[in-house]
Amino acid sequence: MRGGRGMTMQDPLTALRPLRRVRDGVHVAKVSLAHGGGGKAMRDLIDDVFVSAFDNPSLAPLEDQARFMLSDLMRHGDRLAFTSDSFVIDPLEFPGGDIGKLAVCGTVNDLSVGGAKPLYLSCSVIIEEGIEVALLRKIARSMARTAAAAGVAIVTGDTKVVAKGACDRLFINTAGIGIISEGLNLGAHRAEPGDAILVNGVLGDHGAAILAARGDLRLTSSIESDCAPLNGLIEALITACPQIKFMRDATRGGLASVLNELAEASGVGIEISERATPLREEIKGLCEILGLDPLYLANEGKIVAVVPGALAEPARAAMATHPLGEGAAVIGHVTQGPAGRVVMQTNFGGKRIVDMLVGEQLPRIC
Amino acid sequence: MQYIDEFRDPDKASSLVAAINDIVKRLAVGRDRPFHIMEVCGGHTHAIFRYGIANMVPPEIEFVHGPGCPVCVLPMGRVDDCVAIAETPGVIFTTFGDAMRVPGSRKSLLQAKADGADIRVVYSPLDALEVARKNPDLEVVFFGLGFETTMPSTALTVLQAEAEGISNFSLFCNHITIPATMRAILDQPDLQLDGFLGPGHVSMVIGTRVYDFIATDYKRPLVVSGFEPLDVLHSVWRVIKQIAEGRAEIENQYGRVVPRDGNPAALAAITKVFEDREFFEWRGLGSIERSGVRMRKSYARFDAERKFATPSLKVADPQNCQCGEVLKGILKPRQCRVFGKDCTPQTPLGALMVSSEGACAAYYQYGDLEGLRGPCAADAA
Amino acid sequence: MCLGIPGRIIEISDSTHRLAIVDVGGVKREVNIACIVGERAIDECVGDWVLIHVGFAMSVIDEAQAAETLRLLVELGEAQQELAAMRASSKG
Repeated sequence: MRGGRGMTMQDPLTALRPLRRVRDGVHVAKVSLAHGGGGKAMRDLIDDVFVSAFDNPSLAPLEDQARFMLSDLMRHGDRLAFTSDSFVIDPLEFPGGDIGKLAVCGTVNDLSVGGAKPLYLSCSVIIEEGIEVALLRKIARSMARTAAAAGVAIVTGDTKVVAKGACDRLFINTAGIGIISEGLNLGAHRAEPGDAILVNGVLGDHGAAILAARGDLRLTSSIESDCAPLNGLIEALITACPQIKFMRDATRGGLASVLNELAEASGVGIEISERATPLREEIKGLCEILGLDPLYLANEGKIVAVVPGALAEPARAAMATHPLGEGAAVIGHVTQGPAGRVVMQTNFGGKRIVDMLVGEQLPRIC
Repeated sequence: MQYIDEFRDPDKASSLVAAINDIVKRLAVGRDRPFHIMEVCGGHTHAIFRYGIANMVPPEIEFVHGPGCPVCVLPMGRVDDCVAIAETPGVIFTTFGDAMRVPGSRKSLLQAKADGADIRVVYSPLDALEVARKNPDLEVVFFGLGFETTMPSTALTVLQAEAEGISNFSLFCNHITIPATMRAILDQPDLQLDGFLGPGHVSMVIGTRVYDFIATDYKRPLVVSGFEPLDVLHSVWRVIKQIAEGRAEIENQYGRVVPRDGNPAALAAITKVFEDREFFEWRGLGSIERSGVRMRKSYARFDAERKFATPSLKVADPQNCQCGEVLKGILKPRQCRVFGKDCTPQTPLGALMVSSEGACAAYYQYGDLEGLRGPCAADAA
Repeated sequence: MCLGIPGRIIEISDSTHRLAIVDVGGVKREVNIACIVGERAIDECVGDWVLIHVGFAMSVIDEAQAAETLRLLVELGEAQQELAAMRASSKG
């Protein structure tokens, strides 16, 4: 976000000056191109909608960049982790969350699955003219709440307004930094035969909630997105199992995609059990109606973790005691191969291959 | 889930497999080839792969994947017609998801959508009608794909449109019929089929008597089968039992859903709206007599074929494409010269690789059956 | 061609247009039930288990037949077990 003129440079972490007050605020109902012009209208929009929601010492000076003492960062570990993600979801609001909550969780989780303690986020938005200011405020507040729950701060960002049709209502990009503690080395190449594969709960909720919320399939259900910041859960997991080898959040492409990427990167095989793979009853119902495979549905609050076989139960227990780990389960293990092949033991007693998803899952009649 | 979970009970599965094994071991003595059971219907192909049934039955039984996948048998020329209609200004083209990725000679519907055509995936033709109600200034066309299972749905939707006086809705009718197809399959000289798993949901509409000719004229057993894995295994057992007992009869394993005489209300709707085409073009199978339906003249105002000009060209499959032979059961997917090479789910040459029921897509997605029983050439490739 | 799924009719949403709400494992969808009403009053359909395909109920699931099919499978299972026991004992 662009800073104001005539502001003194201070070290953000030790700044004690009072936080900025919103001056005039936005008094119109909808965003117009004027709000992107760089002038007063834009300052008012930024102040009213974003700054007041995200208020924190690192953001307050509103320079072109946020600044941090390296010595402070190095208290947490020896490597910097840095990630970025854009969010273009439609609809902007859905059961269980909104694009703002998703944007914060997505980046917090991307840092956390690498073993990093997430610290600071940027938030850049591209707003289509005509969007309601009240909706923007709501989304910004949702981001602030989620950031607070995750213990991270949104410290910098950017705002652009584009003409009608140039973007789909609202796009958000969040980038984030975190610090990885010494000795923690996670990676998709680290899986070895005998390792256990775990998830922290029921799968497919987010993908299903979005499908149902889009409305064109005209389904009613009580499924909600599982969107959540997982850094707390992951911290508990790493504490119980510092020898953990790999984590990834099972977002687009679902569990199946993560398993295939893992098998490929490590040059191993993977075998999972359908019986052990936790699914909500309603997800099964929705998948049956539409002919979808729940293994490919997106999750926004679920990780896949790989730990040495002997530590499977301590890892599962550590997750299960955390609120976001209800239903945590050991779903399978890593095998010799064939390399890159993921196989599922079906409830029925047969075996089937779980391949990479091609394109998008579409509802089918057949 | 009721009526689903009970028919996925693994304990009953092992008994069925044991029973099938007992019969087959006796029967197979002195035979030079496996028993070929054709599952006609794409939904059965899907079930066989999804539940790993093909590697549960003994190797003396081989499933031959039939052409009962309406997406797979859609000729490229018809896809081109869909794209032409969708690209007409002022049109919203609605379709089942299955059809989106089938390649046309220039592009698929998915590509046409990326190029700016208003194409929407719907779950039901009723949803397409709702789009028409909400967009009175635009023409809404619904792509009517499917066998007899889906015909009542599109017919009833047209009747609903008629009752409401909706004038901006039409159907692009590509419905095809099973019995004529099965006769064409049975007339293939290079096919050696020993029995059939009959299409469960088609039969729910048309009943089971329509298959009598298969027993009387062609002397093959057919068991109309449900779609849960126990249904499929149960039906396989009943087919193999008939063969063992020297019988060739039409049986109904799916009695809980399939009435012998079909569904009268559904058949009445079909008859009101549709009439037989003299012949219809099938991908890979060529032209089959009386295998498709079109809309009656009385429903011309709901007939997209009459309302829109389409290229209506017969487009040959790509030269390398062997969809036809796979559809007829002559080749297994991995025997097709382009399977896994030029033709993959990411770069499909033919519809069998695109449709989730297509045998090729199923092989690719769920895995080569023989591969799971032991090493095979596909693994080494 | 075949994706049909069992669901239970839980309420009639529009009797003129023969529409009902069907529940499949907790997910609900409005479905046309014109094909399964028959001679009955439409309200009598509430509680029926039906086979749904693309938003239309195409068949009422015959509970007796379903039970019969399962019973046959159980019988078959028991017969196989007896057979296996016989074989095991004759080998001994």
